[in-house]
Amino acid sequence: MSPRAAWRLEGLGFERVYDYVPGKADWFASGLPKEGRLASVPAIGDAARREVPTCAPVEKIGVVRERVRKMGWDRCVVVNKERVVLGLLREKELLSDPKVPVEEAMRNGPATFRPNEPVGNMAKRMQDLEATAVLVTTSDGRLVGLLYREDAEHLAGVQM
Amino acid sequence: MPTAIFRDGVCRLVQEEGAQLVDVLPREEYEEEHLPGAINIPLKELDRETIARFNRDAPVIVYCHAYQ
Repeated sequence: MSPRAAWRLEGLGFERVYDYVPGKADWFASGLPKEGRLASVPAIGDAARREVPTCAPVEKIGVVRERVRKMGWDRCVVVNKERVVLGLLREKELLSDPKVPVEEAMRNGPATFRPNEPVGNMAKRMQDLEATAVLVTTSDGRLVGLLYREDAEHLAGVQM
Repeated sequence: MPTAIFRDGVCRLVQEEGAQLVDVLPREEYEEEHLPGAINIPLKELDRETIARFNRDAPVIVYCHAYQ
């Protein structure tokens, strides 16, 4: 639809016409602001904890474990320089051999969710799956934060 | 030829050059959710009359839902 609109505008004499090809699905999935009747529906991007610890795949497990513990967390997200999520270290992986590089111990390719998912739906889904936390990323895989079920339930007003 | 653009480019053109965002989806979809500051001109209504309010000196960015 937008390519036809862009061509039409050019035909009407506009010289600088751009087509935002991935469209509003991409915009909303990145957690960027929006307007409209549904814009105020709470989404998981609003509840995700953005200060979640991160590490690089080449770091040693022992170094990461110490840093994560000092921050008071029990898990760490493995990201590259672009903050694209590569893996996850949960308590179990953090207890691996401290000399091992993160990339050898991490849980590869964890499931991720977009920040514009309605928080009520996600709270229910996490209850059904008995998930305590899920990763929230943009549509191009960049880390937004970690969503805990208790936060989703609180924001959605869902009964535990 | 219209230029394909991605999220970072949209942000830059809006902030730095005052680009005009045009949502070409049906009115109901626009009213539910749209990009900040976007105006709605459904594709079927895009003609000389509806675009008369556009600033011809600024870029125009059109979008729909996704790859439609």
